[in-house]
Amino acid sequence: MIRSFISRAWSTLFLVAGAAVILLPFLWMLSLAFKPRDEIFSADIQLLPSRIEWSNFVVALTETDVPLFLWNGFVVVAGILAFQILFAVPCSYALAQRRFKGRTFVFGMVLAALLVPFHVTAIPIFLGFAKVGILNSYGALILPFVPTAFGIFLFRQFFSQLPSDLFDAARVDGLSETAIVWRIAFPLAMPAATAFAIFSVTAHWNDLFWPLIATTDPHLATPPRGILYFRDEESGDDVGPLMAGAVIITAPLVLAFLLAQRKFTQGLAAGGLKG
Amino acid sequence: MTRSPVLELRGLSRRYGQTTVLNDIDVTIPEGSFTALLGASGCGKSTTLRIMAGLDRPSEGEVLLSGKDVSQKTTHQRNIAMVFQSYALYPHLTVFQNMALPLTMRHLSSLGRMPFVGAVAPGSSKARNLIAEKVGAAAEVLGLTDLLHRKPSSLSGGQKQRVALGRAMVRDPVLFLLDEPLSNLDARLRVKMRAELVALHRRTGRPFVYVTHDQSEAMAMADQIVVMIGGKVAQAGAPRDLYDRPASRDVATFIGHNAINLFQPADGMPGLHPAADEAVIGLRPEHLSPAATGALEANLETAEYLGSEIILALRSERGTEIRAIAPGDYAIPAPGSPVRLGFEPTRLHLFDEQTGKRLEVAS
Repeated sequence: MIRSFISRAWSTLFLVAGAAVILLPFLWMLSLAFKPRDEIFSADIQLLPSRIEWSNFVVALTETDVPLFLWNGFVVVAGILAFQILFAVPCSYALAQRRFKGRTFVFGMVLAALLVPFHVTAIPIFLGFAKVGILNSYGALILPFVPTAFGIFLFRQFFSQLPSDLFDAARVDGLSETAIVWRIAFPLAMPAATAFAIFSVTAHWNDLFWPLIATTDPHLATPPRGILYFRDEESGDDVGPLMAGAVIITAPLVLAFLLAQRKFTQGLAAGGLKG
Repeated sequence: MTRSPVLELRGLSRRYGQTTVLNDIDVTIPEGSFTALLGASGCGKSTTLRIMAGLDRPSEGEVLLSGKDVSQKTTHQRNIAMVFQSYALYPHLTVFQNMALPLTMRHLSSLGRMPFVGAVAPGSSKARNLIAEKVGAAAEVLGLTDLLHRKPSSLSGGQKQRVALGRAMVRDPVLFLLDEPLSNLDARLRVKMRAELVALHRRTGRPFVYVTHDQSEAMAMADQIVVMIGGKVAQAGAPRDLYDRPASRDVATFIGHNAINLFQPADGMPGLHPAADEAVIGLRPEHLSPAATGALEANLETAEYLGSEIILALRSERGTEIRAIAPGDYAIPAPGSPVRLGFEPTRLHLFDEQTGKRLEVAS
């Protein structure tokens, strides 16, 4: 009894310490966002502000482009997710439930594509987009991420576990293959789709690398890209509104994750990616 | 037979790479019949069913529906319904939606099937009423009216089975295909569903093709049994024909509740038949019973008392195992004691020793 209590206490302690290290910058951001200006640069360390200062948020939302950055982020992330699902779901259905020549080869290529980091393909894509002349557009921010090996892989694993009788039954009932994908397979894959959506949204909402390369127009800046403008031009050393902006930008993700937490873990377990 | 065939398979073969699953089979499904495809697992009966349905294509041969070749048509175009062993209900749809889906695909345009937009698409409300009416009628026949808003996961096995049947019924198909539909039910429910299936067959008047590996199920329900062995049709006919005149040794082994006694020439049973030293003799246990003046003698090994009858296991002088059935009131002698067995000569089957084919009894 006592021994197991002690070992539990140790592991809990380590977890708390680990969480504290990871959460500290986040908490510090929150703390600064709510601190009045004179407390931010005080010499002693104080986690809690003496009074809640809302003006940082008012400045961030009214005097800067944060609302525009949020809108851009929304358009890009929603566009990427919609197109990813539009292509990945039929593709993975075909890989999992149809028999055709070269199926194993195609799936092998998908797996191989999982190993290639985006940074390798970024330069060729950039050069190609420059030739076509679509840099500095929403298209440039969305297109490179539409073919998603990870999405195809995740959905394929899910679909290959569904009984093939189900799809035969749908064929007997007169559904075309396209109808089977959207009326039968996709609704059943909702847990996997939720998990995938969270991965995709987080990755592209937080992405700084590609927007930095593909766009120079401030009106197209996604939230992380926007924060850079923010620091340079508007606030200088005005850390309060900057941190308030950062809070506003991270909040949607945190909220979305908390809401979808259960579905997320379900989807990962169902997709065979336990752990 | 005056009934015209609904479906015919002619010279049908199916190969997957090097393996031949179906080898030149001919099957005819007459109007209003209840046909059982009977065979051990792996004999090609499910493949036959899938080819009938149009879910699989034959490598050779023709599939004729009402006399027309339908090899290139989909199941839906053939208007054939199929019930799967696993029921294959759509887990995310309610019972009503499950049963309505085939009708939705038929009666609503692709615009009418869209969510939200579909409600205002021209002609869709009329079609929706028609669908609701048909599903309601089928649900009433099957006793599903109270379950229409449930999801399949909350139904029992028997209820799922009924929903699968309902989904097949609603569109009034020309042919019902059932792939071992009762194998996932417990024994008591299976017997009950047997009767319901037969009643449903009468009510619809459509031909049923029923795949099973259980000979008693086939004997109980079907009016035509197609016995398949190793990708070939071993024999097709009425249950009584199969039982009384099995075309081969294998069919004789497959059909019948009690395993048939097969005596090889080497077993030396000269009392049975003049041809006993050149042919295999088949004699069912139920046709072999203790008789004071019987032609056979064997020593009793065990006796299983079943109330209405007693199953005797005996061994002949040369060591051949013999099974016989005695009436329930038979006084069982002590194990090891000799018993004389009698039989009716007309119940004897002769099979060629090499080919296993039936030989007509000469005597």
